[in-house]
Amino acid sequence: MKTNRRDFLKVAATATGGLFIGFYWSGCDSPKMQVLTDEEVLSQAFNFNAYLAISPSGDVVIYSPNPELGQNIITSFPMIVAEELDADWSKVRVFQAALDNEKYDRQLTGGSGAMPHSWERLRKAGATAKYLLVQAAANKLGVEASELTTEKGEVFHNGKKKFGFGELVSDASKLTAPDEVMLKDPKDFKIIGTPVKNVKNKEMFTGKPLFGLDIYREGMVNAMIQRPPFGMKIKSVDDSGARSVSGVSDVIVFNNNVAVVGESTWPLLKAKRQLRIEYEPDGPIESSFDHDRIFKELLESKNAQVMRKDGDVDAAFKNAAQVITSEYQCPFLSHSPMEPQNFFAHVKGDKVELIGPTQTPDRARMETSQLLGIPKENITLELTRLGGGFGRRLRADFVVEAAELSKILDKPVKVTWSREDDMTGGAYRPAVRYRFQAALDEQGNLIGYKLRGVGINAGNATRENNFPSGSVKNLLIENIDYKSPITTNAWRAPITNFLAYAEQSFLDEVAIAAKKDPVKLRLDLLDRAKNNPVGEIHYDIDRMRGVIETAAEKSNWGKSKDVMQGFSVYFSHRSYVAQVADIIMENGQPILKKITAATDCGVVVHPTGANHQVRGGIVDGMGHAMFTNLTFENGLPRQRNFDTYRLIRMKEVPEIDVHYVDSGYDPTGLGEPALPPTGGAIANAIFAATGRRIRSQPFIEQKEFSDIKLQIRRA
Amino acid sequence: MANYNLKINGQSHQVDVEDDTPLLWVLRDHLGLVGTKFSCGIAQCGACMVHINGEATYSCTLPVSGVGSSEVTTIEGLSKDGDHPVQKAWNEIDVAQCGYCQAGQIMNAAAFLKKNPKPTLEEIENAMNRNLCRCGTYHKIREAVALAAKTK
Repeated sequence: MKTNRRDFLKVAATATGGLFIGFYWSGCDSPKMQVLTDEEVLSQAFNFNAYLAISPSGDVVIYSPNPELGQNIITSFPMIVAEELDADWSKVRVFQAALDNEKYDRQLTGGSGAMPHSWERLRKAGATAKYLLVQAAANKLGVEASELTTEKGEVFHNGKKKFGFGELVSDASKLTAPDEVMLKDPKDFKIIGTPVKNVKNKEMFTGKPLFGLDIYREGMVNAMIQRPPFGMKIKSVDDSGARSVSGVSDVIVFNNNVAVVGESTWPLLKAKRQLRIEYEPDGPIESSFDHDRIFKELLESKNAQVMRKDGDVDAAFKNAAQVITSEYQCPFLSHSPMEPQNFFAHVKGDKVELIGPTQTPDRARMETSQLLGIPKENITLELTRLGGGFGRRLRADFVVEAAELSKILDKPVKVTWSREDDMTGGAYRPAVRYRFQAALDEQGNLIGYKLRGVGINAGNATRENNFPSGSVKNLLIENIDYKSPITTNAWRAPITNFLAYAEQSFLDEVAIAAKKDPVKLRLDLLDRAKNNPVGEIHYDIDRMRGVIETAAEKSNWGKSKDVMQGFSVYFSHRSYVAQVADIIMENGQPILKKITAATDCGVVVHPTGANHQVRGGIVDGMGHAMFTNLTFENGLPRQRNFDTYRLIRMKEVPEIDVHYVDSGYDPTGLGEPALPPTGGAIANAIFAATGRRIRSQPFIEQKEFSDIKLQIRRA
Repeated sequence: MANYNLKINGQSHQVDVEDDTPLLWVLRDHLGLVGTKFSCGIAQCGACMVHINGEATYSCTLPVSGVGSSEVTTIEGLSKDGDHPVQKAWNEIDVAQCGYCQAGQIMNAAAFLKKNPKPTLEEIENAMNRNLCRCGTYHKIREAVALAAKTK
């Protein structure tokens, strides 16, 4: 693989020093002595580009620009740079880069997009530095660069070690960057594809300050904020009770919020309970029964937006031998990362310092700039580690309120959300209802397909170009979005986190009505999409077929009459995942034993991280499908903490068997794609085992499920 | 406000706080021991777990006035250099995703294994069911506790 000079310059021209926060990790199992401190290494290191610096001591500094929230990009990104550099991994020190628009683009975590975006950039960053080091060695030795080889941070000639990288930094820094740089053949990868340990393990497992809530600064005050219910505004505030709590220094009403301020957190938690705030309507004040009514109305509305239309749907349904209609519904969900929202802000005149956990540092800075009227060049943003995100930290609400409060107080402030604040503070996975209709001919072929999505602040609740679009001659996808004061936001695998469930359950219904095996039904549809494509096709038919066949094979699909299985497959965020859920019956009751997953995400950069994302996505998808509900009463969630908002626990996870399809493609993301198929696989297995079709989530609250005592047990 | 003399990680610490202040906030806000995490505040998730005389305890609901002369151990004091068998197993299995719950998980696992050095997988699950992990690292937690039991 080659790259041209212009691309290289884009990386290399931004090679300057900069802000960083970072901590050196000496591996628990590494006997290596740390000779130099981080400061020493950083002061001596030459910046080859925005990602990579090497010190004369041979220590390799790699900056990871994207927010780290558990996807372990802080390990996998440096692995890619180190791979092309041929670095000695034990000499690599990783630093989280601060927000820097000059050096980095797309410095955010969302959409499972970092890996496909950065794969080639990171490889070039390592490869160009290696090129310069090798050229410097060739010059010193008076030989051709092509005669030299590199391994683990050293340069060899005729198999003999000549230099360590550190010895070459000074000379290499004077050379001109190459016009073209060769990238490795993936078969020569030595670091990529190996289970490198998370570079932050030691700090995480010994309790070092890593997260936003761990930020404490000189002169800082703490604050907590009471935010209004949805659709309401403040009428009056009686803060006398709150002010009387020992340790509370101030109560501030701003922007429809009431902030309690003090030196430490506990008095604020108490004081917030003492606030007497009267609210008045500022829009519709909704309860869950309103949403049910809105869904019913919109499903019958004449005013849907047509998202995709192929063929003649009316004719297909008129001529159908059989029509199947089903509706599926999901509730709102809170993201509920384990670390509640928080941010540190210090507004000093026309300068702002921001520190904390955000998935979108650039957006946080931009919104802060807009709110305060301070140019964004005057605003710095340091990224801490994020104690989970799941999409909640894509928004900047928790950053700008901290900045606004710091400006009012004229002090550095850390705003901490309680768990209740986090759960009632909005930006939820939207509640959605779908109506699916399928028209089958005499032979059980799918000749017509209709989907209408109605969502509450869901935007487009459909993904009109996803499978089975392209395989059905007559197809109509429609959407209606209802505007509500309840705020919503991307939630891990936005829209598809439930759409996949509904669609894959409905396809199971279609298979049963057509008397076809569910796997065969999907493969037949893919054949039709391949041989007689209808309209645009936005998925790779062969890759989808690949994961379907692998999941069927690895799960022994249909091979045992004692195992009831459910199938599901979904393409989202550029990766393909098929899953099979296995249920056995014991004393007439179902036991969920295992989920088999087959994933095609191209090259698996970091197998440990990939397994984490696949299993974690499945656990997440399963837990929310089965247990979790967020309902509303007069603009406020009824569930406000983990006692009533039920998350999946250890005893509720089955065995998860993870497989990858080696398609040879460049890597795509995995933070989201494993989640969407899970609920459907489980629901389809429950149907196979019990004959009950569960069309709404969470399962445990549906009447079809009420007498099913589903146990979950490891194999 | 009242003065408390607390025994934490083998050292004594003086703090002047309200009687009802949970140990969690004394550790975090007053002593700078931030490895113990705040998440739910109502003893549901286990992110705040510490040892009180060796027992895994939710520190978010334990008022400082109830600590008395008990020995408190936090994640910072579990071992000298992160080399407790549970911490080593956590690294070996590479358990964490976001990492926020992991200090609490490790503290619970360490206290559990001290009482039950040769647990069955079912006993591990029962013990560890007290701790939430939003990232879903449960498989790896189970593996790591089993490994720590073996290597102890």
